[in-house]
Formats: sequence, C-alpha cells, structure tokens
Amino acid sequence: MNKIVLIAMIMFLGFSAQAQTKKNKNLKYTTEVNGNCEQCKKRIEKAAYGVAGIKSASWDVSSHQLSVILNEEKCSPSDLNKAIAKAGHDTKDVKATEEDYDNLHSCCKYVRE
Amino acid sequence: MQKNIMLFAVFLLSVSMFSQEDLEEVKITKKQKGIKKSYTLTTNTSLITSKELLKAACCNLAESFETNPSIDVNFSDALTGTKQIKMLGLTSPYLMITEENIPSVRGASQAYGLSFTPGTWIESVQITKGAGSVINGYESISGQINTELLKPLSDIPFFLNAYGSTDSRFELNTHFNKKLSDKWATSLFVHGNTRVAKNDMNNDGFLDNPLGKQINVLNRYQYYNPESGLVSFINFRYMNDKKQTGEVDFDKDRDRGTTNYWGSEINTERFDVSTKIGYVFKDMPYQSIGFQNAFNSHKQDSYFGLNQYDIKQNSFYSNLIFNSIINNTMNKFTTGLNFSYDQYQEFVNLTDVTRIDNSVGAFFEYTYDNTDNFSLILGGRVDNHNRLGIFVTPRLHMRYNPWKNGVIRFSAGRGKRSANIFAENQQLFASSRTFSILDSNGKVYGLNPEIAWNYGVSFSQKFKIFGNNADAGFDFYRTDFQNQVVVDVMQSPQQVLFYDLKGSSFANSLQVEFNYELIHNLNLRTAYKYYDIQTDYLRGTFQRPLQAKHRFLGNLEYETTMNDDKQWKFDFTYNWSGKQQLPYTASNPAEDQFPDFSPAYAVMNAQVTRVFSSVFEVYVGGENIGNYKQEKAILGANDPFGPNFDASIAYAPIFGQMYYAGLRFKIK
Repeated sequence: MNKIVLIAMIMFLGFSAQAQTKKNKNLKYTTEVNGNCEQCKKRIEKAAYGVAGIKSASWDVSSHQLSVILNEEKCSPSDLNKAIAKAGHDTKDVKATEEDYDNLHSCCKYVRE
Repeated sequence: MQKNIMLFAVFLLSVSMFSQEDLEEVKITKKQKGIKKSYTLTTNTSLITSKELLKAACCNLAESFETNPSIDVNFSDALTGTKQIKMLGLTSPYLMITEENIPSVRGASQAYGLSFTPGTWIESVQITKGAGSVINGYESISGQINTELLKPLSDIPFFLNAYGSTDSRFELNTHFNKKLSDKWATSLFVHGNTRVAKNDMNNDGFLDNPLGKQINVLNRYQYYNPESGLVSFINFRYMNDKKQTGEVDFDKDRDRGTTNYWGSEINTERFDVSTKIGYVFKDMPYQSIGFQNAFNSHKQDSYFGLNQYDIKQNSFYSNLIFNSIINNTMNKFTTGLNFSYDQYQEFVNLTDVTRIDNSVGAFFEYTYDNTDNFSLILGGRVDNHNRLGIFVTPRLHMRYNPWKNGVIRFSAGRGKRSANIFAENQQLFASSRTFSILDSNGKVYGLNPEIAWNYGVSFSQKFKIFGNNADAGFDFYRTDFQNQVVVDVMQSPQQVLFYDLKGSSFANSLQVEFNYELIHNLNLRTAYKYYDIQTDYLRGTFQRPLQAKHRFLGNLEYETTMNDDKQWKFDFTYNWSGKQQLPYTASNPAEDQFPDFSPAYAVMNAQVTRVFSSVFEVYVGGENIGNYKQEKAILGANDPFGPNFDASIAYAPIFGQMYYAGLRFKIK
C-alpha cells in the first residue's frame, strides 16, 4: 500500500515537473513599475521591447501597471524586471541602482518608495 | 462661542462632503473635434467625425466634404446636380473609395456612387492622401476614402432626421436599432429623398437640378463575443434612384427618343450583400484573422437626349486578411489574398461593350513602429488580372516626429487601373460630342491600363498662440502618369477623344493649412491649395480642364458652452476658386463659346444649429448665400439637338442660393 502511494506521489511529482517545463509562448504578465510621465512610458516600453521574447508591452501612466505578453522559451519575468530596473525604473521585484535612477531626465525622477 | 465654531465646522464638513459627492458626478467630456489629425499615424490621414458632418446640409457622402481642406468639391455637369470630388487634383476614379474597407464606389457607380450613401448613416470618414495601403487593392493612385457606418451595437434605438430646402428637395432618414442579445444587434436605416418641383433660375429653359426620387434601405447585423474573440457584420442593402432632367417642358412619356424637347433620365437600382467575420486569437491580442465578402449588383438605365447609356455591373469581392507580429508588436505584418470578379453589361447607344474582369492577388504589408518617434509601412502586392496582366504594386509610408507635436511624413507608391471611360465620363453624353477611341490595341475599350506613381511629403506642427491651440502644416504631392487614358475635350467642341497618353502627364499639388482657436469655442480653419496638372493633348499641353490652379478654404465655427444640454452652433464656410481652364470651344459661333478660362468665384455657406436637448435639435442654413451663378450654364441651349449643345461644362454653381432647414430627433 505504502509503495503504491509512493509511486503515485512520484508520478504526480513527475507530471507536475513536466507541466512546469512546458513553457508558455504567450504568457500574460503584469507588474507595477514606478514612473511619472509619457517620457517614462516610452522608456519603460522601449526597455521591455529590448528583452528578446517580449511580444507586446504597454505601461499605463496613471495605474503604473506594465502589461506584457512574453515567450517563456526566450525570457522570464525576472529578465524583464532586471531590464526595466536597468533603465532606471523600480519594479515591484527589482529596484533600480542609484546610478541608473540618477540618469533619468529631471521630469522623470519619480518618488521612490 | 465654541459651540458656534463646532456648528460651523460641522456645517463646513457637511458642505464639503456634499460638494465632494457633487464633484464625483461631474462628467468630463472632452470636446470632440470635427476633423482629427494624428501625429502618430504613419499615413497622412485625417478623420472626419460625425460632428463635422453636421456642419453642413450634408445630405449624402458626396456633399460631406464642403468643409474639408483635403478634398475639393466640384460640379460634374450643368444638369444632374451631382457633386464630384477631387483629391490632389485628380477625380474620384483615381481614389480608392471604400465602405468599412470594402471597395464601394468603382466601375459603374463611379459617377453617382457617392450620392448613394446618406449622410446620417455615416459614423466617420477617414481620408488618406497619397499612395495608401495595399490591403484593399491596387487601384488607388492619389488617395483613399474609407467610410465607417454607424455600428449596431453602439447605436441609439431610434433616430429621425427630416430636411427640406428651397430647391424643393426633401429628405427623411429614420434609423431603428435593436439589441437582439448581449452579443447580437441589428440596425435598420431607411432613407428617402425627392425633388418635386422644377427649378430654372437662370431661365435657359433647362432644369438647374434634376427631379428625383431615391429610396435607400440598409439592414445590418453585428455580432461581438469578447470571450471567444469572434466578431461579425452582415449587411443587406437596396437602393433605387430615379432622376429626370433636361428642358423644363420635357415630358418623359411623350418626348423620349424624339427631338421635341431635350431630356434625360438616369435610373439606378442597386443591391448589396456583404459579410465580415473576424477572429482575435486567444491570449494573443496582436494576432487576428479576417474574412470579407461582398456581392453587389448595380444597374443604370439612362438616356441623355438621343444618347442612350445602359450599364449593369455584377461584382464579387473577397478578402482574407491575417495580422500578426514578428518578435514583438514593434514589428507587425498583415498578409492575405484578394479575389474580385466584375461582370459589366454595357451598351453605349446600343453598341455592346460588355466585358468580364477578374483578378486574384496576394499582399504583404510590414509595419515597423519604434513606439516613440518613427514608424514605417512597407507594402507590396502581386496581382493577376485578366486584362491588366501580372503586376506588382509597391507602396511605402514613413513618419518621423523630429520634436514634440511635429510630424514629417513621406509616401510613395504605384497604382494601376483600367479606365471605365463611359461610366466615368458620362456627363459628356449630355452634349452633341461624338465619342471616339483613337487606340485599338489595348484590352479595355482598345485602351491600355492607367499606371501612375505618386510621391508626397508633409509636415505638420501643433503650437500655442496667446495660450490658444493652433496648428499649421503643408503637404506636397506629385502624381506621374506612365500611362493615362486621356479624355480630350481640347480638340473640338463637337468631339471627345479617348487615347493612350503620348507624352507626359502629371499632377502637382501643394496645400498649406493653418488652424487656430481664436477665442474659446471659436475655431478658424484655413487652407490654400495650389494645383499644377498638365497633360499633353493632341493640340498641345494644357492644364486639366475644369480644375482651378488656386483654391482657398476658410471655415469658422462657434459653439456656445453646453448648458443643461442646450447649445447653439454656428458655422460659416468660404470657398474661393481661381480661374479654371475650360474645354476648347473657340471654333463654335461666338454665342456658343466659352473663354479659355473661367472667372474666379467664391461660394459661401452658413448654418445655425439649435440643440434644445440631447434628444432634439433643429438646424437652418444657406448654401451659396452670395448667390454666385455660372453665367452661361449650357452651350447651345436654344438648339439642344444642334451641333453646339454642351451641358457638361460646369465650373461654378448653376442654381444660385439655396436655403434649408432640418430637424434631428433621437431616442436614447
């Protein structure tokens, strides 16, 4: 009996592991990115498109939400977060370095949390 | 004392709470502009909203461009009252005219087709100058006009418009709309117009405007399912239009086919069915597939004096479109297939010139947008046409924003088409001219297809003057004809010759525009246009007849701030047209001659609208209030069956001033 449970558990684990490796080519991912203005929007979207595997990207000035569709075979949400932070914008998961933030245009210097 | 302060504080708080509640209810409605110009679109496209269409009598699509700088409205002849449009100085056959992206005015419907779309049905019109997209076909040369009709899912349940004018024209438009379910909706549009009385204001014995009757019915269905991504439209349409014109004493039952009196009837019957189905892929909002099909049957039976002209066109059009991206949405593409079939049964004075045209084509259009200040559309298509052969149509558009609120555009492209010489020039039947085709080796009436390249640049800039919005810009376009079917009225007043271009033919157009909000709610729109359109005729090089070299448009609009849904709107339009080259008539007797050039003239229109509430409004207006009339409208009017008769030379209004009134009633 125990053996059967063990086999079932292993099988289940194996399946879920397989399901995990099957990557979504059109993953919808939304995260919060800090910024101020239309110029920020252009910079954020440009940074997102700079990541290979980002199919579409749109940042909303008022809600600060960045919505992307990405190909998991080519990149991950963390690649995206890093690229956005590199451009000077704090994301929920990755913060920009002091240096990258300072490089922003004066009107784009959003209030950091 | 403290009590008082407390009370006051409580009072203040409650007031501020109240006012907060009030504030929440304030709706911020951005004022809609009549003509919208984009600074981010790749093509030089302006959008005419329904608001703009309400600024003039605008009974139908042909009449809806009076206040628009991109399109010139002319008179096609001295009899039918038909307005003819031109863009970049070229007439509507050189434009791609579509209704919801399905080609609508083409072939047999070229002369009167625009007057068969009632103004109230229109939601918006997009006007693109220059080469245009390859998706809908290869025929457009100087521009594209796409009309969007009101959509069943967003329309109001009931709309009524009644109109009457001093030239005794009456119109009635009724719209019914019903939501059948949360995904299906249907609209029924019924339009009728009639002109009942005979008008001859210039006393030449001929009607200035035709007697007419039109009934036009459209029933459409829209389906939209956001969960599955499926959208669909199905349209059914029937139109019957009858016109009678000619001498005042002409009686069609008694005088047709005789030389008692000169008269003309143009009777058109049309039936359309079109369907559209679209699917947006799940989880991929940037990928979609669309399939459009349209069938129409257009039948015109007509006679002009002793000239008889009958044409029936049955046509089928099909378009399959796939949209997606390469890597990301900065790189989009559209690709697909077209099929078209046109059967023309055409009789010119009982000579049978019946033909069948068909073509199949494939297109690919790539769009690059850096999401910032640059975009590009590169398109191409290959078509196989039974008369035009196998050919390639390339087109390119670019846009660059060098700084804030400024845009530079460039476009280039090729167009190719077969000229339907009789349908497109049927105003010439209302003359004693004999029709001669001088070539016989080509595949359409013995003539070769028309081929032209069009190039254009434009610049536009928004700025502020004394804190008020202004914008200015210019555009320059050139059309170079490799081959053209020359319609030659420069040889003899008794002839019209059709032949393949020998030599050169080009059209240059320059437009300079300035728009300014003078004070709050008072907008000024001005445009100056210069045209240099030269063609080598047999007798020499001339400017295109009936085309002014200089034109000026001014439009002033004022509206009061909406108060309790009540509003006044005022609109004034001034159109000045410089001298125009006229067809050659110097060999006629002196009394039947025109000078080489027409005089310059101006036409002024004005309208006042009173909005009583969101459901009811009334408008009154005047067209040509300066009462300018073409001095001599018809050559040889005294002897309409003689050699000098010609009613096809209209360079100015024939009728003179006209006043109208109308009402609009809505149930929301």
